[in-house]
Parts: sequence; structure tokens; C-alpha cells
Amino acid sequence: MDLLKRYIPVLFLLALVVAVQLVTHFTETTYYLTQLTMSAYYSVVVIGLCVLMGYCGQISLGHAGFFAIGGYLAGALTTHNLMSFRDHGLVAVLDRIGLLVAGKDLYGGDLLTVEPWAACITAVLTAGLIAMAIGGPVLKLKGHYLAMATLGFGIIIFRIALASAYFGEADGISEVPAFRLLPGIDISGSFGARILNYYIAWVVVIVAIILLLNLIHSRVGRALRAIHGAEEAANAMGVNTSRYKLYIFVLSAVFAALAGVLVTHYNGGIGPSEAGIMKSVRYVAIVAVGGMANIWGALIMGVVLNFLSLRGVFGSYDDAVFGVILIVIMLFAPQGILKINPWQQLKSFLPLFAEQSGEETPE
Amino acid sequence: MALLEIQNLNRRFGGLHAVNNVSFNVEQGMIKAVIGPNGAGKTTLFNLIAGNLPANSGKIFFDNARINGRKPYQIAERGVSRTYQNIKLFHGMTALENVMVGRHIRSRAGFMAGMLNLPWTWPEEREVREKAMEYLDLLGAADCADTEIGNLSFGQQRGVEFARALAMEPTLLLLDEPAAGLNIYETAEIGRLISKIRDSGITILLVEHDMSLVMDISDEIVVLSFGEKIAEDLPHKIQQNEEVIRIYLGDEG
Repeated sequence: MDLLKRYIPVLFLLALVVAVQLVTHFTETTYYLTQLTMSAYYSVVVIGLCVLMGYCGQISLGHAGFFAIGGYLAGALTTHNLMSFRDHGLVAVLDRIGLLVAGKDLYGGDLLTVEPWAACITAVLTAGLIAMAIGGPVLKLKGHYLAMATLGFGIIIFRIALASAYFGEADGISEVPAFRLLPGIDISGSFGARILNYYIAWVVVIVAIILLLNLIHSRVGRALRAIHGAEEAANAMGVNTSRYKLYIFVLSAVFAALAGVLVTHYNGGIGPSEAGIMKSVRYVAIVAVGGMANIWGALIMGVVLNFLSLRGVFGSYDDAVFGVILIVIMLFAPQGILKINPWQQLKSFLPLFAEQSGEETPE
Repeated sequence: MALLEIQNLNRRFGGLHAVNNVSFNVEQGMIKAVIGPNGAGKTTLFNLIAGNLPANSGKIFFDNARINGRKPYQIAERGVSRTYQNIKLFHGMTALENVMVGRHIRSRAGFMAGMLNLPWTWPEEREVREKAMEYLDLLGAADCADTEIGNLSFGQQRGVEFARALAMEPTLLLLDEPAAGLNIYETAEIGRLISKIRDSGITILLVEHDMSLVMDISDEIVVLSFGEKIAEDLPHKIQQNEEVIRIYLGDEG
């Protein structure tokens, strides 16, 4: 019964995904699918962050950093030509075991690059290892201090992306090839692959959300929420709090990095703005709007707000809008906008009813 | 060997010697109380035993193994459970979920098993839920199982915290002022409950201010004053101990 209740929204989501595709098909608005595909990938970052922040209570202002590690590494590995290192032993070995692919560049020159699957796995593993390395010391911090430490990490990644020639400095990386998942199934931004890529992205989201839903309803999920509720007591109940915090931090970093890899292949490139602080703030704002400990809220808001942003609805005030959203949510709806009870809100503003609405929200 | 042995334990906070060379044993199956005026070092002693604070020197043995220097979760895994003076429940979770966390060390499903929802975790999960419900029921809190913890009364929260501690199926239960904030009926109720828990085979060490409760239920009492142990005896002997009477009532008597 519980299981059914857990998965019914997933089926509903699946139906909605198909329905939206059909609607765009019949109204000849398939160009929306491009932004919906990208929004889907960004939502993977958001739901991963939601479990870390909303359920386990550990903030991260560095998730754009993990997204960028994934995207940049996948981009760099699949575009940098290894032809001139062909005689180097390591390159020869990689070539021998099939981790490299040969091709032609725009001008017909020979190209030797890392195979996208190998690049993807390398990028995601690297992000996971970096998360593990910085998570150990950083997760000992709480509240504002953790926020500042992760912010620092995000800035470092941003500056590295901006400063190193290997990652293309201010231009970023372009001409990233398609990612052949299976024969005939490529992640690419080419016009003809639009519908296919829309479905690939949403399958990724659905798999991700099923994994996370399972996790939060499991023994580990309870322990994570217990850490949020009262870390000391969780430890006294036998929960290895530092290890659990580290694992969920790494898991959410891996989700962010995977999204980074896929977006980079879909867009055919990545630039330093993806690693910027405002991107991290945006992810945090979306989790907050969705209601913190509400993975469906995070997904819905992740898709809606990213879609609006990508369509350019917020214009050049894009980042400002997300800043305002964060402030407004913190002030008026710390439970997220999906849980606003307008009557309750109204009562709390009218002195006449103030005493009756004395229901306090626990901190 | 006794279940819990505390040997020459010391803890200083700056110039304050909060626990000063304290030694005592807790035998299997007894209720032992630690009493003393405010600031005597009782809660510090508890935090040392549970691993929340490191000791400056001294040794703590539980079940023949040295436990000081270990992390709280490792001490919990060995079978030491506790409640807090100022209730520490998991906010944002229901009463039942709180007690289910108490089953953490009695279940195994990890990150991978949880994410993949592997079938072998299903019976385990069902058992965790049923056991948690049993303990809630034992504490008379079954009807608020699905209530978020913040919406419960103080007395109910005490009950849930108790149920959570018991759900661990501990060997030793540390109770930090279990009767604080309760009225006389609730206090009598909790006294009966503590005796019942002891009768089920769980050893209890408690800190308590309510003297009538302590005298009623304890098998042995340790008295602390300014961090030092000044007496350790049977309840009726403690009542007649002049040193104890002096620290509680003052010199003029």
C-alpha cells in the first residue's frame, strides 16, 4: 500500500511527460522541448540538493561547483585532441582498451578523444571523490559556517574554470560531441534528436526521483531526517552521523555532476557561468520554494523556474529574480509555496485574529 | 565485573572541576540513581558515559570493554541508550518515526539497499514499524503515532522519547531527569514504568531531582557535590547520611 502511494505520483509524472510532448507536437510548439529537456537536467541537481538540505539539514552553496566539475571534465575529455600524444604510453594503453575514439575535426584533421562513456564515468567519479575529500572536514561545520565553506568551494571551482586554458577560460568548452548512450540513442542538441532527448532527460529524472524516494522512505532516510531534527540524539541512537552526512553529500554531488555531464553533451558545450555562485544560490532558492523537505516540490519548482528562466521570462533580471524568491520565501513561506495556507497567512496579519492563530511552527 | 564501571573519572571546564575523580559501579539489573545539588556534575557525568564529552582522565568500562574515547554512536551500538533532561526528539518527524529511529542499530539496510528498495529490506522495515508501535503502545502514546512531534504535549513527548530509548533494546538505559516537568501523577507513573523496565532486565542509571521518586525506585544511590562523590549507599542509608543532609539542607540544619 505504502509502496503504491510512493510510486503513483511517478506514474502521474510519466503520463504528464508524454502528454506535454504530445501537446507540443499537435500545437507545433516543439521548440519548448529544448528548454524542458534542460530544465529536467537542472532538476536532477535540485532534487539531489533537496535530499541533502531538506531532509538531512545540511546546506550547500557549492552545488554549481559539482555540476561544473561534471560538465567541464566531460567536455574537456571528449574535445581535447590526444593525437599529438599518440605515442605516449598511457594514451596508447587507453586507445588499446577502447576508451578513446578517433574522428575528424571541422577542417578534416585527425581527432583522438576520450569516449563519452569513459569521460562521463571519470567526471562523475571525480566529482564524487572531490565531494568526499572536502565533505569530511567541511561537514563538521553547521549552519552559516557550512554555508560559507561550501560557498568557498564553489568560488574555487568557478575561478579554476575561468582561469585555466584547459577548460577554455572565459569561453568555456564548445563543440562537445554527442553522447552515444546506446546505438541509436544519442544525447545531442541536434534538431532531429529533440524529442528523443526530451525523453532521455525525463527518464533520467524519473530514475533519479525513484532512487531518492526509496532512499528517504528507508532506514537511512529516517536517520538522515533524524540528523536534521536533532543531530546529537541521532548519534546517541546509534546513527553514525558524520558518515551519513558525508554519504548524502557525496550522493547529491554525484547527481549534480551527472546532470552537468548530460547538459554539456546536450548543449554541445559549457561555460563558466554554469559554475557561478548565482547558480548555486538558484539551486538553493528552488529547494526552498519547493518546501525544503519536499522532493516533489523541489522537482516541480525546479522544472517551472528553470523553464521560465531558460525561456528568458525574467530577462536580464534573471539572477535578481532568484535572489528575491529566496528572500520572499524565507520571510513569508519557510515551508515552501506549495504549503501556503492563505487563510492562515491572512489571519496572522490581522491583529483581530492574532490570538487564535497562535499555532507556532517548530524551528 | 559490573555492567558499568567508572574509575577515577575527571572532567574540567577551564577552572571548574565538573567531575572530580569519581568512581562507582552499576551492577547488572539494578536501578542506580545519581543525585546532587544543581551544578554537582550529574549531567556532565552522563555526557561522559554516553560519549558526548571526552574525559580528561579516568576510565569507563561497559560490558567489559572500555568505552571512553569512543563516539556516541559506537557506545549506542554496544547497548547504551539515553534520554535527555531537555527532551531531544527529531522535529519534523512523527512520533512513530521518532521511535523507528530507535530501531536503527537493530536493523541493517544501508544506502544502496534503501535507494534500490531491495526486497530483503521489506520484512525488516515492517518489523521496525511493528516494534516501534509496540514501544509507543507500552508508553501509552500509540494514538499519537502519526502526529508530528512538535504538536504533542510535554508529557507525550517524554513518553515518545522513552519509547525511542527502549526501542533500541538497550542493556543500560541512562535517564537524565525523567520526571522533570511532570506533575505528581505523571511522576508516579514514570516511577512504575522505570521499575517495570528494570524488571524486564534492563539496567538503569538515572539522574533525578525528585527525591521521593529516587527513594522509591532506586536500588542504590550515588551522591555528587561539586563534582565529587560524597556518598554511595542504599536509599534509606543515604537519607540518614549527615554529609548528604548537610549539602541539601545547609550547615545550620
